[in-house]
Amino acid sequence: MTVVRYIEANGTEHRVEAENGISAMEAAVKHSVPGIDGDCGGAAACATCHVYVDPEWLARTGPAADGLEKSMLEFAEDVRETSRLACQIEVTGKLDGLVLRLPDRQH
Amino acid sequence: MTALASATTTATEADSLPLDRIDVSRAELFERNVEGDYFRRLRREDPVHYCADSTYGPYWSVTKYNDIMAVDTNHQVFSSEAGYGGIVIDDNIQKGGDDGLQLPNFIAMDPPRHDEQRKAVSPIVAPGNLAKLEGTIRERVCRVLDNLPVGEEFDWVDNVSIELTTQMLATLFDFPFAERRKLTRWSDVTTAEPGGGIIDSWGQRKGELLECAGYFQNLWNERVNLTEPKSDLISMLAHSPATRNMKPEEYLGNVLLLIVGGNDTTRNSMTGGVYALHQNPAEDAKLRNNPALIDSMVPEIIRWQTPLAHMRRTAVADAELGGKTIRKGDKVVMWYVSGNRDETAIDRPDEFIIDRQRPRQHLSFGFGIHRCVGNRLAEMQLRILWEEILQRFTRIEVLREPERVRSNFVRGYANLPVRLHA
Repeated sequence: MTVVRYIEANGTEHRVEAENGISAMEAAVKHSVPGIDGDCGGAAACATCHVYVDPEWLARTGPAADGLEKSMLEFAEDVRETSRLACQIEVTGKLDGLVLRLPDRQH
Repeated sequence: MTALASATTTATEADSLPLDRIDVSRAELFERNVEGDYFRRLRREDPVHYCADSTYGPYWSVTKYNDIMAVDTNHQVFSSEAGYGGIVIDDNIQKGGDDGLQLPNFIAMDPPRHDEQRKAVSPIVAPGNLAKLEGTIRERVCRVLDNLPVGEEFDWVDNVSIELTTQMLATLFDFPFAERRKLTRWSDVTTAEPGGGIIDSWGQRKGELLECAGYFQNLWNERVNLTEPKSDLISMLAHSPATRNMKPEEYLGNVLLLIVGGNDTTRNSMTGGVYALHQNPAEDAKLRNNPALIDSMVPEIIRWQTPLAHMRRTAVADAELGGKTIRKGDKVVMWYVSGNRDETAIDRPDEFIIDRQRPRQHLSFGFGIHRCVGNRLAEMQLRILWEEILQRFTRIEVLREPERVRSNFVRGYANLPVRLHA
């Protein structure tokens, strides 16, 4: 199990113990974290699991990948250097304590 | 009994043909509401199906949820570019017959041009702007509903669905409000082919679209030189660096895309919801006991209705899909209406269930870079409509079966006779 901390735009924190191997989107949906929709089920194809990786964690998660993830983020709201699609972040032991901040609203 | 008998007949009809004779592009199948039997058979026996001969030439049908997702998310191989035929099965919709108007627009483009133009219009449906629109939408919904007759027959399509979606478009474009039904007409004409009941010839279509072009050119001219740009869509297009130097036909193409995108789709979901609840009284009761279910009912309506039956792509390289080899140049049709009924992806897909766990997992908006730009606006319009319906009417009684539109693209209703109960 790996701890992932999801912080809503209003500051509310959801601390989730996620099983390794699933994505940060799936972990959020499983634990009913509000504000992560994941309409496409994890194909990087809807951009409704947009998150900001805490800068301290960015080196470990890596930035958004070339291809569909970057393309879809192009059309999301308020995209920053730390933006990722949570469905493309795999939960692993090296991410224990990962902090993901949520945008105002998924679009 | 009648309904059961006719269901059996059409199932036999769909099952009796040899597979290679099945052509799901025939618009009359949709008008008769029997396309579902054909798609059920294709999903079961030949989910990626080749039709060698149709009104629209040879084409592939992609009928299962995951295969559709694979095509939709692979825009490098499956192109939307107008030059290959664009995004609907009928190439003529893109080129308007032999002597037609070329109407380039961003849904029928590949990156990078697609990305630039899409980004120019997407701010109008960004969360901040949607929040600003909510009050206006609610006011208009209330006015339309308050003027409906209670206890008398009327047509829900014309009086509610068309009226509300047209008002919404007029608001987004800041279009002269009294002339708003012109928008409805131009939307219908854009997706029409001769013989479907809307236009008689491609020439007539061209004439009406030129009239539309002239009208919108005037609106552009009025707004392009304002030093304080207004916040409507036309002003956005006229002032955005990505779109302000568009050619007139490209401007018209994008305008029509936004009119069609915001019109037929929401219109038919507004009607579809009424019809679905009428057919499912237990769901109607559930909703009235717990109005909070509107949030999950709205995406379920959009799935159940699937107001656009398909999107088309053209392969620009050979590709494997579902065990078949699609060749470069082939026309590939993603039947969203079938993927949304795929029993291997969606639990009890033929049923209308307003409290599904993951109601937004449906294909109606498409996935990937061409995903519907107005999806949250559409959901907001439907949510407000249902919130206000529940405040006013105890029941919307459907008096007769609706007539359906003769189209393999717009999956919708020509009318729905109803009577309201106070």
